[in-house]
Amino acid sequence: MELVNIFIKSAFIENLALAYFLGMCSYLAVSKTVKTAFGLGLAVIFVLGITMPINWIINTWLLGENGIFHTDLTFLRFILFIAVIASMVQLVEMVVEKFSPSLYNSLGIFLPLITVNCAILGGSLFMVSKEYNFSESVAFGLGGGFGWFLAIIAIAAIREKMKYSNVPPALRGLGMAFLLTGLMGMAFMSLMGIDPASFTNN
Amino acid sequence: MAETTIAKEKTSILPFGPTERKLLTDPLNDNNPITVQVLGICSALAVTTLLNKAIVMAVAVTFVTAFSNLIISALRNSIPKQVRMIVQLVIVAFLVTVVELSLKAINYPIYKELSVFIGLIITNCIVMGRLEAFAMANKPWRSFLDGIGNGVGYGVILIAVASIRELFGKGSLLNFKIIGPSSDFLIDTDAISFLNWYEPNNLMVLFPSAMFVIGVLIWVQRAWNKKLVDIS
Repeated sequence: MELVNIFIKSAFIENLALAYFLGMCSYLAVSKTVKTAFGLGLAVIFVLGITMPINWIINTWLLGENGIFHTDLTFLRFILFIAVIASMVQLVEMVVEKFSPSLYNSLGIFLPLITVNCAILGGSLFMVSKEYNFSESVAFGLGGGFGWFLAIIAIAAIREKMKYSNVPPALRGLGMAFLLTGLMGMAFMSLMGIDPASFTNN
Repeated sequence: MAETTIAKEKTSILPFGPTERKLLTDPLNDNNPITVQVLGICSALAVTTLLNKAIVMAVAVTFVTAFSNLIISALRNSIPKQVRMIVQLVIVAFLVTVVELSLKAINYPIYKELSVFIGLIITNCIVMGRLEAFAMANKPWRSFLDGIGNGVGYGVILIAVASIRELFGKGSLLNFKIIGPSSDFLIDTDAISFLNWYEPNNLMVLFPSAMFVIGVLIWVQRAWNKKLVDIS
């Protein structure tokens, strides 16, 4: 039940895109149509779900003071985390291409893009600062990915409808996307009052 | 353009002509990393609640873009194409670790407040974007200038957004109270002053207002600089 709480919390209340501004570059660049946003969103859930437990293992068993080297190696954290993310993205791309060409075609160019999506590295760094254990970090990864997926689908759908509206020329495109995301953020802020722990107590 | 600059580079090791000046000034307006190239938004939004955080972040990003551009540009002919992303990321991660550890030593409270966002400079798209778009194809000195230009262009927007958010959200600038009931300029707190009518608006320090402020900045910039208007 604790894990479900973490999932809900990371997906809705502490949404990576709308509460922490993570992954905004690809969020704004790839949200012009729902179809491409869907592909990128799926790829983010996938990669966050995989890299989060791996980075947890590296952080606890290799870098921590109780790890195999018995020394505090946390200054290597950034380099190792980003190397894991870059190589996992590469590996996932190869595996998906081999076993599921249809999924590969739908994810396509989005997989390499994810390496520089800060939601992935940010998720791993938040996992460290929140001191989650292994199963909690899996739930946090999947929940964070799901929240990001929801956010990008929502903005893409709104931007598709926006084409039929009469927006001032200087505000078209990027400016409007910023204002819309701000409004979506306000809507998501209303979820902040929810306390997931209260569900388990009842 | 390439031919003219080669002739110039023979005369001096570190030339500074119109091309070089353009590398520094272009990112301030016509090719601004945040409002035009849409790079590095994540950190730009998160660290702009206070002006001092934004200034530290601007300096850190300028340092990383300048030196990663310089190093990658010096190595550009010896990096194999297939692994270039990993090589770039490792060099950027090294520079960010340097920044992180120095900041931890120099100013610990700011380091705590910026938390994960210093680490996220690694995946700041400005750094990767400039490496891919500029440093892989240009000489080290020019790449260095391009890095500084883009870092400063990013910093200018960051400082502008942070000033607006801190002034209206907390009534202060650099933690010095300017407007609002507790203003440091007020000698007699009972006196009715033009400074104490303002009640700080908490929404300005929350997520949505960062989006609105940057959205409006983009609107203003494009209304004034017509060639940036999105035609599609």
